[in-house]
Amino acid sequence: MGPYIRRRLLQFIPIAFSICVLNFLLIQLAPGDLAEIVAGETGQGDAGADNAAYVAELRKSFGLDQPAWMRLLAYLGRLARFDLGYSHRFGAPVAELVGARIGASALLGLSSLAIAVVGGVLLGVLCARRRNGRLDRLVSALMALCYSVPVFWLALMLVVAFAVKLQWFPVGGMQEVGIEAQGRWAQVRDVLWHLVLPVATLSVYSLAVYARFTRASMLDALQEDYVRTARAKGLSEAAVLLRHALRNAVLPVLTLVGAHFGELLAGSIVVETVFSWPGLGKLTYDAVLGRDTSLLLSILFLSSMLVLATSLALDILTARLDPRIDLQR
Amino acid sequence: MSIPQPIPASVSAAASLSDSAPAPATPPSPARQTAAFPAQARLALAALLLVLLAAVCAPLLYPGDPLDMTLPPYLWPGQDWRHPLGSDLMGRDLGAGLAHGARVSLLVGAAAAALSLSIGVAVGTLAGWHGGWIDNALMRVTDFFQIVPRFLLAIVLVAALEPSLWVVVLALGVTSWTHTARVVRAEVLGLRNREYVQAGIAAGMGQARIVLRHVLPNALTPILVSTSIVVAGCILSESALAFLGLGDPNLPSWGAMIASSREAIQSGWYMIAIPGAAVTLTVWSLNVLGDALNQYFNPKLRDRA
Repeated sequence: MGPYIRRRLLQFIPIAFSICVLNFLLIQLAPGDLAEIVAGETGQGDAGADNAAYVAELRKSFGLDQPAWMRLLAYLGRLARFDLGYSHRFGAPVAELVGARIGASALLGLSSLAIAVVGGVLLGVLCARRRNGRLDRLVSALMALCYSVPVFWLALMLVVAFAVKLQWFPVGGMQEVGIEAQGRWAQVRDVLWHLVLPVATLSVYSLAVYARFTRASMLDALQEDYVRTARAKGLSEAAVLLRHALRNAVLPVLTLVGAHFGELLAGSIVVETVFSWPGLGKLTYDAVLGRDTSLLLSILFLSSMLVLATSLALDILTARLDPRIDLQR
Repeated sequence: MSIPQPIPASVSAAASLSDSAPAPATPPSPARQTAAFPAQARLALAALLLVLLAAVCAPLLYPGDPLDMTLPPYLWPGQDWRHPLGSDLMGRDLGAGLAHGARVSLLVGAAAAALSLSIGVAVGTLAGWHGGWIDNALMRVTDFFQIVPRFLLAIVLVAALEPSLWVVVLALGVTSWTHTARVVRAEVLGLRNREYVQAGIAAGMGQARIVLRHVLPNALTPILVSTSIVVAGCILSESALAFLGLGDPNLPSWGAMIASSREAIQSGWYMIAIPGAAVTLTVWSLNVLGDALNQYFNPKLRDRA
């Protein structure tokens, strides 16, 4: 167990380091350096002759006159202190902007993940139970559609059907204005109400992925000797499926969650944009609209680290649950 | 966004599952089971041909700029049979946008997939053939591109480089090659130890010649199979980028059509529904065809799925 975790951690260090370096390189590549942007925004850049001097001064104050490797070191030092920089577009430190939105994103993302995993595994088990049965064929055909529908379009069509036509759910946002006055319970109910459509949209694609994968994994497990043994000793079908086959089939699904986490983040960008959900995805869209590349890069960096940490955690969890992994390379 | 996510190396034993799972409905009757292409795949082929036809005929059917505002706005589909799909909130013909958008979608999908496949095949072949530290280094690079959320990276690249058709192609191409690289590497690793390859080495053939003439042609099947799924993923991502305002502003695009019609969600939802249905149909047909090809070329999967 110990050596496995240590090796896994060591593998991830170079990736984390390259993410930092890539981020730094992208900041360098972005057209127009920070000093020129700030000079342009504060209006002082218009003054002709003064402009060059002002930009040079700004450049010095940002450390842009240093050689690239010095700046890289300084950048890594700032990252180590969790200093993600300052967004000139929004007039606030990036860490503050992100901190204010991470809760809403986590609520949306984790609810969708939970529904996708539970629903996907359930569907996968049901499909594998009767391979090529009516349910299996129906679900397979449906899942092919779930893979192909653009998430942002699905979100808009759900808004048309359930918010505009039927008016069952709100069009967007996270809560009604002034709902706090009606007490804590009403507020929770209101947020849940606003959560239904975004979560439904965001979980569709992942649900299809987990269902398809669980089905394949279950079909493999059902051919194993221990399943035949379990059947031979007269266990009920449910016990064979859930206690024997699923317990083994679900492990690869768990690893898939880690690999798939980035897709969830990508989906949340368009879902939060459509539903005006005040989370990181909406912040990403606003950063795109405002051409705030430094904020975008910070979000890319944080998301990458989040995916890295998630897949590491899930790897370790899988190794705990399946002792054979420890023995592999 | 839709390319089935590859699985980390730690579960490589299970990795084949992700490709085998899709299963276009194969009926249990033995007569139909041996059919090379299931009904769903034939439907998908027809749909794809329809989209191709629309793309090819767009300049004939709708000469002139599809972004021109020539019709009265808010023309519902079926109201005026000369313009069967109606017009959007600015009076642009939806049919013209759809046909010309098909050109952009297919072009971006094909070009980005070509770039993605070139990178994937090059990385996979180098890693699988040389092994050792080259393999190790290239696989760490692949790990890296699998960890960084690909759609977010594409957004950052397009936003940093100013949106244009080729920037979008570049951004999608460099963010979607990891799965191909892993598949090709596994294939080349297996082929390297075959007798005919070893015989080539023993006969003193050049490495480049062995790889190009004897290894890659035998690894072609998995590459071809993944192609249509990569194209589908690139088309889906292109529409999402265009929806976020990161497409080429001078070209008609299905994603951009949806974005510009968002204001009309209350009164003219057909303007959103129609281009979205076009994206879904195109991506669905490519995905289903990819799955069908996979089953066709892998007889082992045929009876399992």
